[in-house]
Amino acid sequence: MIELRNITKRFGGVLANDHINIAVEPGTIHAIVGENGAGKSTAMRIAYGFYTADSGEILVDGEVRGIRRPFDAIALGIGMVHQHFMLVDTMTVAENIVLGAEPGGSVRLEMDEARARVRALSAELGLSVDPDAFIENLSVGQQQRVELLKALYRNARLLILDEPTAVLTPQEVEEFFAILRKMRELGKTIIIITHKLAEVLSISDAVTVMRDGKVVGRVKTNQTSAAELARLMVGRDVLLHVEKGPAMPGAVVLSARNLSVGGKGARSGAISAVTNVSFDVRAGEIVGIAGVEGNGQRELIEAIAGLVNPALVSGELVFEGRPLAGLDARARRERGIAHIPEDRHRRGLLLEFSLEENAILGVHYRPPVATGVMINEREVKRRTADIIQRFDVRPPNPALPARALSGGNQQKLVIGREFELPPKLLLVAQPTRGVDIGAIEFIHRKLVALRDAGCAVLLVSAELEEVMLLSDRLLVVHKGRIAGEVDPATANTTDIGCLMTGAQRG
Amino acid sequence: MTRESSLPLALLFPLVAVLAAFAVGSVFVLAIGDNPLETYGLLLGSALWWPDGIGYTLFLATPLIFTGLAVSVAFRAGLLNIGAEGQLYVAAFATAWTGIVLGGLPAVVLVPLCMVAAVLAGGIWGAIPGLLKARFGSHEVINTIMMNFIAVALVSYFTQYHYRVPGDPILQSAPISESAYIPRLGTMIPGLPARIPLNVAFLLALIASVAVYVFLWRTKWGYEIRATGSNPSAAEYGGISVPRQIVLAMAISGALAGMVGINEVLGYRHRYYDGFSDNYGFTGIAVALLGRNHPAGVVLAALLFAVLSRGGIPVDAFTRNVTKDIVQILQATIILFIAAEAMFRGPLTRLRHRLQEGPRHG
Repeated sequence: MIELRNITKRFGGVLANDHINIAVEPGTIHAIVGENGAGKSTAMRIAYGFYTADSGEILVDGEVRGIRRPFDAIALGIGMVHQHFMLVDTMTVAENIVLGAEPGGSVRLEMDEARARVRALSAELGLSVDPDAFIENLSVGQQQRVELLKALYRNARLLILDEPTAVLTPQEVEEFFAILRKMRELGKTIIIITHKLAEVLSISDAVTVMRDGKVVGRVKTNQTSAAELARLMVGRDVLLHVEKGPAMPGAVVLSARNLSVGGKGARSGAISAVTNVSFDVRAGEIVGIAGVEGNGQRELIEAIAGLVNPALVSGELVFEGRPLAGLDARARRERGIAHIPEDRHRRGLLLEFSLEENAILGVHYRPPVATGVMINEREVKRRTADIIQRFDVRPPNPALPARALSGGNQQKLVIGREFELPPKLLLVAQPTRGVDIGAIEFIHRKLVALRDAGCAVLLVSAELEEVMLLSDRLLVVHKGRIAGEVDPATANTTDIGCLMTGAQRG
Repeated sequence: MTRESSLPLALLFPLVAVLAAFAVGSVFVLAIGDNPLETYGLLLGSALWWPDGIGYTLFLATPLIFTGLAVSVAFRAGLLNIGAEGQLYVAAFATAWTGIVLGGLPAVVLVPLCMVAAVLAGGIWGAIPGLLKARFGSHEVINTIMMNFIAVALVSYFTQYHYRVPGDPILQSAPISESAYIPRLGTMIPGLPARIPLNVAFLLALIASVAVYVFLWRTKWGYEIRATGSNPSAAEYGGISVPRQIVLAMAISGALAGMVGINEVLGYRHRYYDGFSDNYGFTGIAVALLGRNHPAGVVLAALLFAVLSRGGIPVDAFTRNVTKDIVQILQATIILFIAAEAMFRGPLTRLRHRLQEGPRHG
């Protein structure tokens, strides 16, 4: 269907694609895997005409084609769905789909015709997408379907999907994969960029592995394993499982009693995001919270961290025997509550600031970082160097802006900073989201080491595998309530899945 | 490492914009029928001629440094202070008022008091729109613009009906006490005539620039302001009260704008003169933009704008056709080029790569 031959692309001094060759068979699902910065997205953006290759050629159906703009790619039947959706929130599904390819004459807009085609396409794939719904009222999963329809509306035969599952909940991923398989049956070719190996194994027919701008492996999916793919991606053997001894829980560090958090940010329909939740976290244990994203996890964590308007929080939060009510985020941090937020770009980092300036966020105002009103440069440098060294942040240049780091290194910087507090309770949400495999292993080991050092850890993750792997006790949440507690060592995913969807409640 | 190597680049871009503006300006000069080189020679030469040119240029730069710093500090907190104009009017009036009402005090007390009045009045006038934003979320651009109208009308009213010398045809207040005067630099620097109004306020402006730099990049308060401007959500996560930073930044911004009153009232006219500001507050936005919201850049940009402003006078008088309006064309074109930064980014980045790679390859 499509073939990239000897493609090279350089950004300034960086070689993003180094003589890469990728061939995709028609009617297959082809995965392109690699760590962040391996050059996967660059290669696909060249195929879609966003970038022009410095050298090399693109073949479509066996013929060399000049793709210089996305327009050329669309004309050849290539569509792309980006990680961040390109939809107009205040317009309807049909309006978004026809945007740029409006039916009708030069002035008149034939929306009826558009709606009919959207319905037909949607029925063909078994999608339940209402062409008249407004984008802003759709869930992320539904928005993604709109993106797919958008490409199909333009008669795409080849679909390039950039990290399509990053924004989806586990259930949504399954539904999404069903759609992809259906599309394959209808003869479409699909390229999926990802770094989640389990997904690669479940959905793809063939895999191309990239590392440092080069293609380092091409395998048939049924002839490979997660371990082999991980080794190709990272360039060394990777431990996909954490070695962790039994927990030695100590005194109760955090205790929540009948905690409720008001509705702001809760999914529509829910009155409050968190309702009557009670649990304890002890020193030296990791308590995991499993659940589909948007079931109150973020509100719970932020309420404990002191980032929610106190008027919205009711119930009791006790930390080391004293209530947390009335303490702001700063005071809670001073008590020893560290927080690794789920969204490091929005919450955890000042992207334009240097690593040094990021390394002191939250402790920037007190000794030893600040002496009087002045910031103590020497202490800042020491602290940053320490985090860079202990958490292997690369590149190890403290003057770089945080934006210049890869997702994994940004996360290591945040984690390093929070470990430096030092924490008695660590709130950690989605610790490995958007983080490459090598760093995931590292982060998991650090979290276990912190537990073993006697810290209480409250872990939220949308990756069921991750919470099951790390937690000593596992709470499952559904619609802001605790649906059940399970022992992660003995529970199976089906049971947890049932609790997550509320099937066994009541 | 990156910090140092990026400094020349930070300077390179505004420089290119200025040169491009001069190129565009020369088209206008040619169209009018004069020689661009002669015109520019006259403009720059007269503004940089010792002592009158330089003396007046520095004098004209003084208010622009203050307002440029004011806009920069607000901008670093993520706020656009369009209200420097109103802040400096209120502050200048407060300075004059203090100099009149407390005129009996000796200079050692009165001068600092007048300065405090300028800083306080400007600071309060700036803090009000900050408070409105922090409390009610109303946008600071609207708030500051409206505060400008109120300020101008208010001080005009007080001057007209309460502090004017009876019978004076000019809309100005009574003179301040002589003990509130601050010295002209001409009385201190040999060779600089005392008739040039360049005064101690210029030194204050330089000190303020250094102070703003230290404040923003070396103190915890400055860190909190910059963090708020960079990512309020992350600042909140780091235990920083965002509403407090908004009020603080606006108060500091207003205080800096208010220091224009020290130059105007204590150093120059020795009274409140209605409508004295030559759009200093608004030009301050351009100065901050050109100076990339960095105190060093602000000083340089203010000097450039002062050179243009000073040089425009002889251009008006000594060329055949060109009037001092050319200065406004140049100023506006510079800002347009700065705003269209993307136009240069591509070529400049390529140039940088060539410069960086050049030595390695050969």
